[in-house]
Amino acid sequence: MKKNQNVTIKGTKDGLTLHLDDSCSYGELKKELDLKLSESSRAGEDRLISVRVQVGNRYLTEEQQEELKELIRQKKNLIVESISSNVITKEEAEKRREENEIVSVAKMIRSGQVLEVPGDLLLVGDVNPGGTVMAGGNIFIMGALKGIAHAGCHGNKEAVVVASLMKPSQLRISDCINRAPDKDQDDEKREMECAYIDENEQITVDRLQVLMHLRQNITRLQGGS
Amino acid sequence: MGEAIVITSGKGGVGKTTTSANVGTALALQGKRVCLVDTDIGLRNLDVVMGLENRIIYDLVDVVEGRCKIHQALVKDKRFDDLLYLLPAAQTSDKSAVKPEQMKKLVDELKQDYDYIVIDCPAGIEQGYKNAVAGADKAIVVTTPEVSAVRDADRIIGLLEKEENVEAPKLIINRIRSHMMKNGDMLDVDEITAHLSIDLIGIVADDDEVIKASNHGEPIALNPNSKASVAYRNIARRILGESVPLQPLDEENKGVFSKIKKFFGVK
Repeated sequence: MKKNQNVTIKGTKDGLTLHLDDSCSYGELKKELDLKLSESSRAGEDRLISVRVQVGNRYLTEEQQEELKELIRQKKNLIVESISSNVITKEEAEKRREENEIVSVAKMIRSGQVLEVPGDLLLVGDVNPGGTVMAGGNIFIMGALKGIAHAGCHGNKEAVVVASLMKPSQLRISDCINRAPDKDQDDEKREMECAYIDENEQITVDRLQVLMHLRQNITRLQGGS
Repeated sequence: MGEAIVITSGKGGVGKTTTSANVGTALALQGKRVCLVDTDIGLRNLDVVMGLENRIIYDLVDVVEGRCKIHQALVKDKRFDDLLYLLPAAQTSDKSAVKPEQMKKLVDELKQDYDYIVIDCPAGIEQGYKNAVAGADKAIVVTTPEVSAVRDADRIIGLLEKEENVEAPKLIINRIRSHMMKNGDMLDVDEITAHLSIDLIGIVADDDEVIKASNHGEPIALNPNSKASVAYRNIARRILGESVPLQPLDEENKGVFSKIKKFFGVK
């Protein structure tokens, strides 16, 4: 017989946590989980119990995760809330790093050109009419934005566009689109402005100082005063 | 070893051919050996502007396809003593008759014999453009002070910047009407240069004489009294590395400017 249990169940205020050991084989784990849940299943209760699964240093593929969820779900009143693991693949790590990175580019984005980055974009240069910049995160332009900027292009509604000169032909944030007025008001100075999605799901352009209250997540400085 | 300069614009009708003819002529006037190459296959007209249409025997496609030697196809400009030649485009084929590699080989061959190869590029960004750019070392982008022309110039500059063998392009602003620019009805020179953010190599005022001269098959650069002619000659001098101040646009300002310049001893 084994000395240690591979599956331990702990009850917390919010529900159950399943700790699955990471040193045994996956097959073994599944078998034991099945056994454990079968013996402790309280068939009498109809209240749904949410379960959090903690797999330690084990990496689970999508299919394995599905399999475990399926297995746990079969026990009538258990619902898997989350599966958390201490490890991720290198690919995922790389992707996460990219998504959190600020990519700086010193270039003119001319008509017909498209620049896309997975994370935040810091462009030192202009975006000319007909040119497009896209970012998974925020877009900061240290120049004139006269073309199209699409921030949060994978659906991040919190993303913002900041430009030294804000004269875009079109602004897109996540799935919201806003275009320049047909009549060009030349007298307006459009310097140092930002664009964000406001509470009405509309893209609003304002002076960039408002961002420090609206989007505090832009600040990445840790500590300090 | 000479250098090849492509004259391009993206948009049609802004004056690529006129510019090619006049810059080529002005370079020849400076004593350089120049070969003009028309790459607008199927819609050639550099030969017409140069007044050399009647002398064409072979053309670019004939050379590329090996029907003749390069020197057989070159049309000599009689107004210059062995300085200015034209390689005309074919009128019967289309742009796909030539491949970029063939064009590059041809231009490289011409560079052995000439100081400057001026390549007249067709409008657009397709095959014809790719052919014209293939052999070039330098590029000049021609635009007019119109939003549409500037937009296309921007596009073409973007494409040129991707070409590894071509140096950063230079800008010519053509057909400037000083009174419209002054009233703000036309984009002004500074605005265009700032927008495109490339070096300006010359500005050419809109001048009826240019059209007149073109129709007579005589590049305006040959006529020393016209304003446009001076502009083209200045561009040629800048290509040769001289630093020449921009022509003043305004007639009224001209007096003041030249007075100031005289005062400071600038020619």
